Amino acid sequence: MPKMTMVQALNLALKQEMEKDDTVILLGEDVGLDGGVFRVTDQLYQQFGENRVVDTPLAETAIVGMSVGMAMYGLKPVCEIQFSGFSYQNFHQIENHASRMRWRSQGRFEVPMVLRTPYGGGVRALEHHSESREAFWSHIPGLKMVIPSGPRNARALLVSAIRDPDPVIFYEPKALYRAFREEVPDEEETMPIGKSVIARKGTDLTMISYGAMMRPTLEAASELAEKDGIESEVIDLLSLSPLDDELFTESVKKTGKAMIIHEAPMSYGPGAEILARLVEKSFYYLELPVERITGFDIIIPLFSRENHYIPSVNRIVRTARKMIDRLK
Amino acid sequence: MPRSKIDIPYHVDYLSILDETGTVDKELEPDISEDFLLNIYKAMVMGRRFDERMLNLQRQGRIGTFPPITGQEAAQLGTVVNLRQSDWIVPSFRETVAEIWRGRPLETFLLYYAGYNEGVNIAEDQNNLPLSVPVGSQTLHAVGLAWAIKYRKKDDVAMTWFGDGATSEGDFHEAMNFAGVFQIPVIFVCQNNQWAISIPLSKQTRSKTLAQKALAYGFPGIQVDGNDVLAVYAAAKEAVERARAGDGPTMIECVTYRMMMHTTADDPKRYRSDEEVEGWRAKDPITRFEKYLIDKNLLDPKKIESVDQAVKEHIQQAVDKAEIQMKELGDPLDMFNHAYAQLPPHLEAQKAYLTKELAETTEKE
Repeated sequence: MPKMTMVQALNLALKQEMEKDDTVILLGEDVGLDGGVFRVTDQLYQQFGENRVVDTPLAETAIVGMSVGMAMYGLKPVCEIQFSGFSYQNFHQIENHASRMRWRSQGRFEVPMVLRTPYGGGVRALEHHSESREAFWSHIPGLKMVIPSGPRNARALLVSAIRDPDPVIFYEPKALYRAFREEVPDEEETMPIGKSVIARKGTDLTMISYGAMMRPTLEAASELAEKDGIESEVIDLLSLSPLDDELFTESVKKTGKAMIIHEAPMSYGPGAEILARLVEKSFYYLELPVERITGFDIIIPLFSRENHYIPSVNRIVRTARKMIDRLK
Repeated sequence: MPRSKIDIPYHVDYLSILDETGTVDKELEPDISEDFLLNIYKAMVMGRRFDERMLNLQRQGRIGTFPPITGQEAAQLGTVVNLRQSDWIVPSFRETVAEIWRGRPLETFLLYYAGYNEGVNIAEDQNNLPLSVPVGSQTLHAVGLAWAIKYRKKDDVAMTWFGDGATSEGDFHEAMNFAGVFQIPVIFVCQNNQWAISIPLSKQTRSKTLAQKALAYGFPGIQVDGNDVLAVYAAAKEAVERARAGDGPTMIECVTYRMMMHTTADDPKRYRSDEEVEGWRAKDPITRFEKYLIDKNLLDPKKIESVDQAVKEHIQQAVDKAEIQMKELGDPLDMFNHAYAQLPPHLEAQKAYLTKELAETTEKE
């Protein structure tokens, strides 16, 4: 199997779906000739032409609103918003229309669109280019919210998102775009939306994370195993909505301890919902209060300080040790 | 019920005073004092050299991504120099030299692009908004400022800059419409630099000009040669005077060119030809202004050299200053500054958490 970066894997997903299905249309700013500012759509304009890969004028609301219309006609628009920081202009079209059309039309119309957008920090970027606001989208009824954590699951989940009959927000962790390579099979591969996976098996502590934070979380789990003999079970959520709470609550029933790691601010963040599910479904198994390791409730600082904002391996390891120490 | 024509007065002026060969239209030549002409020239050179130095620093990894302005010095300076201290500026992210003219110290740009929040440091007596990244969004703030100026019966104005790409954004159209409806003292300056990252103007709009968009909102729009600092100056002067007199908004489209990349993260070779870029190099705003000033006996090769030298020294001082400041600005806890007027209890707790983490981590090291 060829080894690919996440950018290449996402490109493969788009290319193969477009070859199979002429209802799949890409649109957005600079997605054509330029291949997208991160090159996710590289060479697709050359292969499929300007009617399949549409360079739009600079207007996020229009890109998303137009996608809603295209989707109701029977197309499968995959729109790119260049950075999630610019997706608030189009928030209105998602909240007011994309997510509601099935309900509003009483099932007559559906909006099988995908909104792809890079999110998160750690790439020395300017303001509005480093935020993690997945909670906004996860809160909207009628919408699905997917966040991959590596090249292989990114490819499989994007194919599933394109085929999904409901609108999907597809958050791409830009810090992982070229961070590492993984074997990605050339033959078709999908993954179910709304299902999490166990990324590392363990018995002592459950770590719940997703997206870019999977890397420091897995690294912390390795360090804890090597140095402290603490075996963590790491859950990769992959979808925030629908949220698969079965895997992590079952894990906590086994370990009795849970830690949630995300880059987004803490208050009303995804961790709050995960914690609520833990309390609802595994309360009697919890031996300790659940720990949340998250971004602070402030705007992510410009990049000279961002490493102190984004949860680090060190922060995760130290928190895990403190938890285990409390039981001694 | 006949089908008849509604008479809509429809025209957009195009203004050019100093052409690319450096020939001036004597009838249209604005009356600008010699000192002021030289100040504008020095600022243009500063804009160009500072861009070059920042590109150099970026390539060395000493600062991060930034958006160059080379080629747009005339469009920015020709407009901003018409403002007085109490007027407001509302820049996008590509108004470096307009901001410099308004007193923003060079080292603050370096800090900002090196990832320090402290790179935005606006003095109390400066009515300069911080740069705005989401395209077109700042135009509405200029509308709000201008409305407030009118409400307070002041004769100040608000000036906002944006690119050709911004004219596709809803925010821009809403700002223009509000400005027309409320007849407020705002000047919309479009730096039509032909490219929004990889999208050329022809894929941005079917309109013949961008200036004509003002007509739909009921106020004047004018297109100027944006590489001709005299034409930009003359158009902006008129617009500022109109606004001050209570005659409402104006849109000025400066036809110019983004000579470099969108930001240093972009590679323009993917989407535009070298020939196109070279064609615009011949229209350089500084070259023709130099010729104009030489013809007026305000400049000579020696003076040009000394201006260049002074500008480079000024930039070097700023680089030195910024590098010292970067060493002093290391405290991660400062990320909690300016989150709220007063830090709420949950953020005090989060700050205490980071304080403890930093202390414990340092002890171990």
